Amino acid sequence: MAELDTSSGGGKKGGKVRSKKASTRVDLTAMVDLAFLLITFFILTTTLAKPKAMDVAMPDKEEKQTDQLAVAASRSMTLLLGANNKVEWFVGEPGKSQPETVGYGKNGLRETLIEKGKEIQQTTGKFMIVLIKPSDKSDYKNLVDALDEMKITAVQSYAIVDISQPELDLLKRDGNY
Amino acid sequence: MARVKVPRKSTHIDMTAMCDVAFLLLTFFILTAKPRPQDPIPVDIPSSSVEVAIPDENVLLLTIGDGGKVFYTVDGADVRKQTLLQMGEKYKINFTPEEQNKFMSTTIFGVPIGSLKQFLALDGNDKKNYKQPGIPYDTTATSELSDWIRESRKVNASIKQKPLLISIKGDNKEKYPAVQKLIALLQKQKVNKFSLITSLRTAQKTK
Repeated sequence: MAELDTSSGGGKKGGKVRSKKASTRVDLTAMVDLAFLLITFFILTTTLAKPKAMDVAMPDKEEKQTDQLAVAASRSMTLLLGANNKVEWFVGEPGKSQPETVGYGKNGLRETLIEKGKEIQQTTGKFMIVLIKPSDKSDYKNLVDALDEMKITAVQSYAIVDISQPELDLLKRDGNY
Repeated sequence: MARVKVPRKSTHIDMTAMCDVAFLLLTFFILTAKPRPQDPIPVDIPSSSVEVAIPDENVLLLTIGDGGKVFYTVDGADVRKQTLLQMGEKYKINFTPEEQNKFMSTTIFGVPIGSLKQFLALDGNDKKNYKQPGIPYDTTATSELSDWIRESRKVNASIKQKPLLISIKGDNKEKYPAVQKLIALLQKQKVNKFSLITSLRTAQKTK
């Protein structure tokens, strides 16, 4: 089938012309090799782990001030993202209470968030509001980490806010800037 | 004495079935493959515990890294072409049909529009090795990046009748001010919702 019979033409010695019986088998080894090579290539180039999308909603800047609710200082927790993967937090207004410095992750920020969340829930009867204020020295990773902690600890209300000067001073004082 | 005759076996194996399977798999992988767009700069994305995958369509991706350089990717060749035309109109640059075609196949770029023609003229390795300076941007509503985003949003809305999802893919080590600038630029266009691209964290969650 796959091979052409080329042995036609007159036989050398007169008499019967015997057609050669050619095998119908084709050697597929090379073809299989090629196919697997291509498979390997495509497996390696496809992205298996699709990147994930973390949705972020920023507060509308043009919203009228009158629409905004004043937030009780006792309910708000501020996270100041500083340099060297450190985060400083305090509850209430800056300067009123002593800020504490923690790291990101399970034993640092997460523990604090859970603890404070419960405490605020108990004392005020309402959920905690977290303000994330990244400083100029913080990395993009810090921001994502902080947002991720919000998701993990199920903080209902949080926002990314620009940092203010007194808060920057706090970071500077504690060597996190 | 009868001699036992050992039948001579052929060493050939029938490869037909194997070949069939191999090509079946090959077809599958070719059809499902979506070539990973090569990033012009190395971007090490942060990980998070979010498990929502980024949608396949209607995505505008802003890659930021290497000290605040911004690169632009938008999904769909038709959207790209129309965006280029509208940008050309705005900046009084005439793109030839050849350049338009080249732009349609360029998935990611980061050059100022002034040198876009020059960038599109490069091919193959030259393009890969070309140091792209990133698209100029600031927080005003008239920067180049801002125009690119606005035009693509308009185009996507008219072609696909769907809003464009804007996502930011940032490098771990990128300093916050660059990201802040980008967010401020988006907010100028009243884009208050967007996505940050992360990879899945492998460590398990607590409780």
